[in-house]
Amino acid sequence: MSVDTATVAKIASLARIKVTEAEIAAMVPELNGILAWVEQLGEVDVTGIAPMTAVIPNQQRLRADVIGADPLTGGGIRDAVLANAPAGEHGFFGVPKVIE
Amino acid sequence: MSKTDNALTELGVAAIRDGVASGTFTAAEVAAAFNTAAAEAQGALNAFIKLTPEKALEAAAKVDAARAAGQPLGKMAGVPIGMKDLFATCGTETTAASKILEGFVPPYESTVSQKLWDAGAGMLGKLNLDQFAMGSSNETSAFGNVISPWRREGSTAELAPGGSSGGSSAAVSARIAPAATGTDTGGSIRQPAAFTGISGIKPTYGRCSRWGIVAFASSLDQAGPMARDVRDCAIMLEAMAGFDPKDSTSLNMPVPAWETSLNADLRGKKVGIPREYRMDGMDADVARAWDDGIAWLKDAGAEIVDINLAHTKYALPAYYIIAPAEASSNLARYDGVRYGLRDLPQGAGLQDMYAATRAAGFGAEVRRRILIGTYVLSAGFYDAYYTQAQKVRTLISRDFMDAFQTVDVILAPTAPTAAFGLGEMVSDPLAMYLNDVFAVPASLAGLPAMSVPAGLDRQGLPLGLQLIGRPFDEQGVLDAGLAIESRAGFTARPAKWW
Repeated sequence: MSVDTATVAKIASLARIKVTEAEIAAMVPELNGILAWVEQLGEVDVTGIAPMTAVIPNQQRLRADVIGADPLTGGGIRDAVLANAPAGEHGFFGVPKVIE
Repeated sequence: MSKTDNALTELGVAAIRDGVASGTFTAAEVAAAFNTAAAEAQGALNAFIKLTPEKALEAAAKVDAARAAGQPLGKMAGVPIGMKDLFATCGTETTAASKILEGFVPPYESTVSQKLWDAGAGMLGKLNLDQFAMGSSNETSAFGNVISPWRREGSTAELAPGGSSGGSSAAVSARIAPAATGTDTGGSIRQPAAFTGISGIKPTYGRCSRWGIVAFASSLDQAGPMARDVRDCAIMLEAMAGFDPKDSTSLNMPVPAWETSLNADLRGKKVGIPREYRMDGMDADVARAWDDGIAWLKDAGAEIVDINLAHTKYALPAYYIIAPAEASSNLARYDGVRYGLRDLPQGAGLQDMYAATRAAGFGAEVRRRILIGTYVLSAGFYDAYYTQAQKVRTLISRDFMDAFQTVDVILAPTAPTAAFGLGEMVSDPLAMYLNDVFAVPASLAGLPAMSVPAGLDRQGLPLGLQLIGRPFDEQGVLDAGLAIESRAGFTARPAKWW
């Protein structure tokens, strides 16, 4: 499979990365080079093979259902959460106006 | 710099810990010596994104006070280290070497770094790396290339320190840090260690908590130590490892006493030599180093056994589907809303802001991987690429498990070449990816793997040998590494030009 300019533009849009037409043109051969190389995986016989889900067998755990058990994620730290926001205002994350 | 200070920067983790404990010198003297060495080298090597001499001194003062008060000292007491800038450090800017995180000051500390501070280590600074740990030469950092302290004989050309932990490898080999943290997703501890003549171990997936480490590919990312020798790696890994309820893939197992159990006597052990790793056109010096390693392990008492890892050639292409797929998902969080960079063009809406922010903040290699990941996960292609890659991953893991029915540890080169020059590989992403051909299979299988220095190539540059072990058998890997280290007699070091 290979990509063309329309596909790269579509992927970039799905990935929310703004790209110029010149960048798209440069990416098409780069991505096609990589995709052509990974094509070789298709020659591996994977009949009856399950896709890997956990590299080291491990048991899924649930944490205790207790509010505030971990002071960091337990809530009540609004200012710390907002401290790194580019536009933290009035106790909220600020974003441009959304009208749909 | 006084003579004493010079002598202190010659010391590794064990020597510093023991010297501080016995009172031969103080932790404050050690921290000051490395602070000076790191500051002097910064302009030439660019190993650090940010130096934090005050943090190193503060931790050292605590250790000296604890010793004066007769309190027990930690495993890393008095050892100042470099912290790869992928670990969140409370109150100290953490960037992942990307503009998109510039100015991000975590209000929390990563589990691994906290464990190191609790063990008495101090922070010399935040080390440079490939942006989001994506790269094999440290040339994708938004904060400039790291320059390897090594040079080819008779040349002043700038060489790559390897990647992604290139700041870590440069700092340790230049003796401006006795040890450093690294992270390894597809070779990012082992390849830079090999390029700079130092040791580094990636433990079994789950040994070190991923909590507070900026995520690249979560099913592969593992932290580990980089230091001058095997013993120092064992000490530091003990301090870094351990169960963490905050990481859902953390192993709930006790941390073995790796250092005191070190044993280079390999009698009764079997070492596997994977024939698929001996590739056509293999570098003659790399092949020779591998043969030397086989002879050393035989000398240590091990039996050498040829093994098959039939799916080896598919590991790298599988990795370059799985890792970008996970990265595209993990890096979706950088949206210009919650932290880091925001690019809000005049009159832009929310979606435009996301796209502009991510275009301005991510470097070219990061964008490339996000796009590949987005493509292979997109509707209609998911099964052909991602599911197929995860099935191949199962087969790669199965190859290793079959081999470990017979052998205890596997010996292979760490990288197909010695360090290359800066700029030599950047124009061809595929050629750069191929540098991780020997490192990636163990990552895909979650196995412990280590690089130790083996010798020099014809240009006078270090070569590394890789040891791959069974799940949870870091001890077997460290022991075989020690057997090589004690026979290789590797004492080469970069001549100081910085």
